[in-house]
Amino acid sequence: MTSPIKPPQEIVSTITKIAPKIYDMTVVSTSEEGSAALISRNAKAGQFVMIRADEEGERIPLTIAQTEAKKRAVRLIFQVVGTSTHKLSLLKPGDQVLNLAGPLGKPSEVVEGKKVLVIGGGVGIAAILPIAGSLYHAGNDVTVVLGARTRDLLILKDEFKPIAHRLVLCTDDGSEGRKGFVTDAMNDLVANTGAYDVGWAVGPTIMMKMCSEIAKRLDFPLWTSLNPIMVDGTGMCGGCRVLVGNEMFFACVDGPEFDGRLVDWDNLLLRQKQFKTEEADSFHHCRLENQLHSR
Amino acid sequence: MLNRSKQKTKLIERAPEERRKDFLEVNDGYSLTEAVSEADRCLQCRNAPCIQGCPVAIDIPGFIKAIQEKDLERSWEILYATNRLPAICGRVCPQEKQCEERCTVGKIKNSEPVAIGRLERFTADWKRKAGFSPAPVELTHTERIAVVGSGPAGLTVAAELAQNGYAVEVFEALHEPGGVLTYGIPEFRLPKEIVRAEIEGIRKLDVVLRTDFIVGKTIFFEEIRKRYQAIFLGIGAGAPKFMNVPGTNLNGVFSASEFLTRVNLMKAFRFPHADTPITIGKNVIVVGGGNVAMDAARSALRLGAQTVKIVYRRTETELPARWEEYHHAMEEGVEFLWLSNPIAYLPDSDSRVKGARIQKMGLGEPDASGRRKPVPLPGVEETLECDCVIEAIGQSAHRILSEGFKEVRLNRWGYIEVDPETLMTSVPGVFAGGDIVTGAATVIEAMGAGKTAAKGIMNYLRTIG
Ligand SMILES: Cc1cc2nc3c(=O)[nH]c(=O)nc-3n(C[C@H](O)[C@H](O)[C@H](O)COP(=O)(O)OP(=O)(O)OC[C@H]3O[C@@H](n4cnc5c(N)ncnc54)[C@H](O)[C@@H]3O)c2cc1C
Ligand SMILES: Cc1cc2nc3c(=O)[nH]c(=O)nc-3n(C[C@H](O)[C@H](O)[C@H](O)COP(=O)(O)OP(=O)(O)OC[C@H]3O[C@@H](n4cnc5c(N)ncnc54)[C@H](O)[C@@H]3O)c2cc1C
Ligand code: SF4
Ligand code: SF4
Ligand code: FES
Repeated sequence: MTSPIKPPQEIVSTITKIAPKIYDMTVVSTSEEGSAALISRNAKAGQFVMIRADEEGERIPLTIAQTEAKKRAVRLIFQVVGTSTHKLSLLKPGDQVLNLAGPLGKPSEVVEGKKVLVIGGGVGIAAILPIAGSLYHAGNDVTVVLGARTRDLLILKDEFKPIAHRLVLCTDDGSEGRKGFVTDAMNDLVANTGAYDVGWAVGPTIMMKMCSEIAKRLDFPLWTSLNPIMVDGTGMCGGCRVLVGNEMFFACVDGPEFDGRLVDWDNLLLRQKQFKTEEADSFHHCRLENQLHSR
Repeated sequence: MLNRSKQKTKLIERAPEERRKDFLEVNDGYSLTEAVSEADRCLQCRNAPCIQGCPVAIDIPGFIKAIQEKDLERSWEILYATNRLPAICGRVCPQEKQCEERCTVGKIKNSEPVAIGRLERFTADWKRKAGFSPAPVELTHTERIAVVGSGPAGLTVAAELAQNGYAVEVFEALHEPGGVLTYGIPEFRLPKEIVRAEIEGIRKLDVVLRTDFIVGKTIFFEEIRKRYQAIFLGIGAGAPKFMNVPGTNLNGVFSASEFLTRVNLMKAFRFPHADTPITIGKNVIVVGGGNVAMDAARSALRLGAQTVKIVYRRTETELPARWEEYHHAMEEGVEFLWLSNPIAYLPDSDSRVKGARIQKMGLGEPDASGRRKPVPLPGVEETLECDCVIEAIGQSAHRILSEGFKEVRLNRWGYIEVDPETLMTSVPGVFAGGDIVTGAATVIEAMGAGKTAAKGIMNYLRTIG
């Protein structure tokens, strides 16, 4: 036997800036056996990938926003917050993504025939897209609330129209939809129609915390997608541990979705700050290198 | 010419003050003269008790004799015929409890055994530098075998089957193969360049290695069972345990797995050139007494910690770590607090860890393991200041296991149950070995399991074929 088949590669097919600092990227495999190809066949709503741009890169988790098995394609939407997301944003169509692994985490528990509320905030809107889609196609009555600081950041809103029975938009500054936070919209909705059978909220940690408090008050389960810092994403390091109902779970294998009513939000907020100082250094370092390269 | 020295031929080690500053190896291994002189201590025993101490049964007198005769190529051939990862084993095997424990020379009063591990490393390093390229073996079978996990167990199964003319594919969840060899054992004990070179040797047998591939997720177990005639699960016992004392979730508290993975696999020791960060505390506490604790403590020193204290609930006598690692750690300046157990980690105003509350222990009656059981001394406590805690108190079964491979029967500790002769699990055609069967053990035991499983798989394929 001669040398084995060339290993499949993961290639960026499109990458677009859809809002300030937010990128919409599709990765495809060069063969049926590639990571994106296999992920596109098996991924379900609520799962994520671990992605690494280059040899020196960090492995970071990103939610699978959409898949298309025929095209062996996985769509990811990310916000630039530090070194790794900055590096990803510099990729061009045709560039290779060094590593892509998934689908990781447990899929969302998609119910049927229920009255459901789906809330997305900021870049969390991307994560909520496949969840809303699955719920809609499973015959639920779907109300979607999307929120962002300002109109430019209210991403993907048109893609929700066909998969929502009701779509409520809100911005902090009132530049689009109603003025206020998603929690204000949530409060109004439950005031009019009462509690939902079940809900989902994905967005900034503080937003998920506030939404969970409302769900707790009205006593309906609210799935939130926890985003602690991850290393491997396969249950091997315990860096992603979270406290839910006073018990320790690993978000990458036991989650990432947990009932927000039981989550210890303050602990999660603290753990996300773990490497704040070091990361500021790295981002600085990486920008310096970029400046050097661009000379 | 027999060398009657009672001591092993001395190996020159780098000074502790120097080596605690970098990630280079503690020593460079034997020179040819030193290796020959050490080989000359071997009595070439007819019954070779040393072989029984080696889980893969290397022809130890054979490869040592070839060193005596300076025929290093033959030494290599003998070694490589039974061990596909000799440069690794020569470095990390607990030889004192395996081959060397049985060595006749070591039984002589006041005499040290032949340095089998160092000689194994010598031959393997020589060959790597001389260059080697195993030729692929012709495929003589039609069956395809999937190996899940690329630690020493999986790599050994793959090599054995490929050598026997089978088509093998190895699937690894992480982006680099090697399992603990790659993400756990630090660079200064096992340079990753050597791990890569030995894995390259296995790849050259036409073993296909797929990384970023999580069996049970990227492809479902049922699908892999349809595609392959036999499957080997070598997925390790990688899930970290935590003491779960108050304060476990403070920032600055890590599992040794996270700490070592950040440092080894993600190269955080080169941060910010590599993007993955690690907190380098000034005062580090490591909890535990095994090799993992020693590795974490010595890595922390090298990352610039000013003090590193190992907190262990028993005493030096019960320490499970290899003697050599313990000594290296002490020489480099790691401090040891015996009979001590953390009962809480204390937060600063920013919720970072700033100290550990330590319960002092006494030794009671021997427990099931034969070691005297540590018992808390009521009211005897102290507080240690620290800004980083690394817990190295053991691992359990890989977490994706229970979800991804539902049909495979587990024992009550969550490890996979196998037939001890063939290593077949409760599912026909599915085999398992290494840490996922035994719980955390050693590289060479995982390799031994790999050999047994490869035989089991070949027999199984013959019976169904
Ligand atoms: C399961 C999961 C799914 C995710 N899906 C998406 C997604 O679809 N799109 C997206 O844009 N982001 C997503 N994230 C967050 C994303 O992984 C982080 O933004 C990314 O790791 C930051 O890496 P960086 O190197 O660019 O920034 P860093 O330099 O690592 O961090 C920059 C800043 O962001 C903070 N930070 C780091 N990691 C996280 C985190 N996990 N959550 C919140 N803050 C963090 C740091 O404390 C720091 O202040 C997800 C996270 C998880 C756990
Ligand atoms: C820090 C540390 C130091 C050690 N030092 C020594 C030493 O000095 N000497 C010694 O003899 N032993 C040592 N050991 C123990 C030794 O490394 C292990 O016993 C040995 O590696 C076990 O091998 P394995 O093949 O069973 O599993 P592992 O080496 O754990 O490899 C398992 C692999 O399977 C992969 N995997 C898991 N699930 C899946 C899946 N679903 N799909 C695909 N891939 C998967 C994992 O990512 C991993 O790479 C040490 C261990 C540690 C942690
Ligand atoms: S593989 Fe390990 S146990 Fe076997 S001879 Fe070598 S050092 Fe000894
Ligand atoms: S037991 Fe010791 S002396 Fe005897 S053959 Fe083995 S290594 Fe040599
Ligand atoms: S990211 Fe390592 S255990 Fe979850």
